[in-house]
Amino acid sequence: MVKCNPMIRLLELAGKPFIIAVEEAGRIMLLLMSATIWMFRAPFRFQLIFKQMEFVGVNSIFVVLITGAFTGMVFALQSYHGFRLFGGESLVGSTVALGMTRELGPVFTALMVTGRVGSAMTAEIGTMKVTEQIDALHTMSVNPIHYLVMPRIVAAILMLPVLTVVSDFIGILGGYFVGVELLKINSGIFVAKIVEYVELEDIFNGLIKAACFGLILSLIGCYKGINTAGGAEGVGKATTQSVVLSSITIFISDYFLTSFMF
Amino acid sequence: MIELIKICKSFKGQKVLDNLDLKIEPEKITVIIGRSGGGKSVLLKHIIGLIKPDSGQVLVDGIDTAKLNDKELNETRKVFGMLFQDAALFDSMTVGENVAFPLKEHTKLSKKEIDKIVEEKLLEVGLKNVTHKMPSELSGGMRKRVGLARAIALNPKIVLFDEPTTGLDPIMCESIDKLIINTQRSTRATFVVISHDIGSTFKIAHKVAMLYEGKIIKTGTPEEIRSSNNPVIKQFINRETAKACQN
Repeated sequence: MVKCNPMIRLLELAGKPFIIAVEEAGRIMLLLMSATIWMFRAPFRFQLIFKQMEFVGVNSIFVVLITGAFTGMVFALQSYHGFRLFGGESLVGSTVALGMTRELGPVFTALMVTGRVGSAMTAEIGTMKVTEQIDALHTMSVNPIHYLVMPRIVAAILMLPVLTVVSDFIGILGGYFVGVELLKINSGIFVAKIVEYVELEDIFNGLIKAACFGLILSLIGCYKGINTAGGAEGVGKATTQSVVLSSITIFISDYFLTSFMF
Repeated sequence: MIELIKICKSFKGQKVLDNLDLKIEPEKITVIIGRSGGGKSVLLKHIIGLIKPDSGQVLVDGIDTAKLNDKELNETRKVFGMLFQDAALFDSMTVGENVAFPLKEHTKLSKKEIDKIVEEKLLEVGLKNVTHKMPSELSGGMRKRVGLARAIALNPKIVLFDEPTTGLDPIMCESIDKLIINTQRSTRATFVVISHDIGSTFKIAHKVAMLYEGKIIKTGTPEEIRSSNNPVIKQFINRETAKACQN
């Protein structure tokens, strides 16, 4: 029998999670490839896409409004206390607007939608998997990626930027309310500084980020759902993994997108 | 006709099907019996191409489905209908939408025509006024009936049944048996049923095949199976019959 070098064994053990992660990333990319191909194949599933757009977008508006408004408000409050130290209160408006459009709007919207929609995608598809509904689709000559995955990905890519616009707007409005109404910053200066510092590119790049986050959360949500195994417990595990993995991937990709865009 | 030739399938090193050969006669009810966990569902999933064999051929009307790509396999599957163990109804759709699903996907019929077929198919399986109900509102037996209505919606040439009577009470089992016999008579389709319910098997089967340790060890009419001297078959039949008597 060949004696195993403990160092090699240790390296094997340390490398195993890395190999699993790379394999999983590969499978996620294959799913994306397949969903992309199905996007351009008939029958075009507009009805399913619209239904998912309603679920991802319209039904998330309330959550996004609350998150966006309070993010803008607390950001205005914190930045006001910081800027006051050196008399820079006039910059609160532009700071809130830049923060919301570049970072907080897209990221917080994506995180909220991950919690609300990404988890639901995994749970719904995962339940279909463990109750053989996905096999039933196969037996009826309907491809589950075409029927279940593609509409969700398209809807999330389209709706995340829309939700982000809502979040940006309500966040700046929340910041205005705190800055102008509560902290008595001059409203003209507040608005003028926003106009002076915020460029269209800031908003546009934020929306591109949002679309990328939409792709990430829907792709991971569907991937985890389709690979669910082990009954109700499996669905629970897959849903948790989906939310955690999506959130982490959103933060990591946010860094790279930001360094590439701004 | 369906023919499985030298099918081998392993999962994580464990052999489930081992050089399995089976011919299924057209327009007949063939019941595949065997122990729970013995690979019956795996065998059924090979027939419809949900699982591909490690080696061997699955011939459906002379075409080896194991070698087809996804698009070709989807075409071949249009001759199949399948009733799953727990019916596998889409729980986000009503009963009517479930039965209409294959019709909407694969025909250009108008909504009115589809609704008419849905009504007919539901009547065929003995269900009335359930079109607007959700699957969660139905009993186990009713769900199976809806599953069968969906499976036969496109008038398939081959219908597969995965343990159709499991989890049902004896009266409901009897009614599902009758439903299978009557539906086969009216559609003249090839029915493949997997079951470990011996009573039900002898009632519905034209042919019975016994799966044991990954192989079909005997194929024959119910009488031939009943009078077989094979100790495994004898033991299986006697145990299952005893269980049925206890119930």
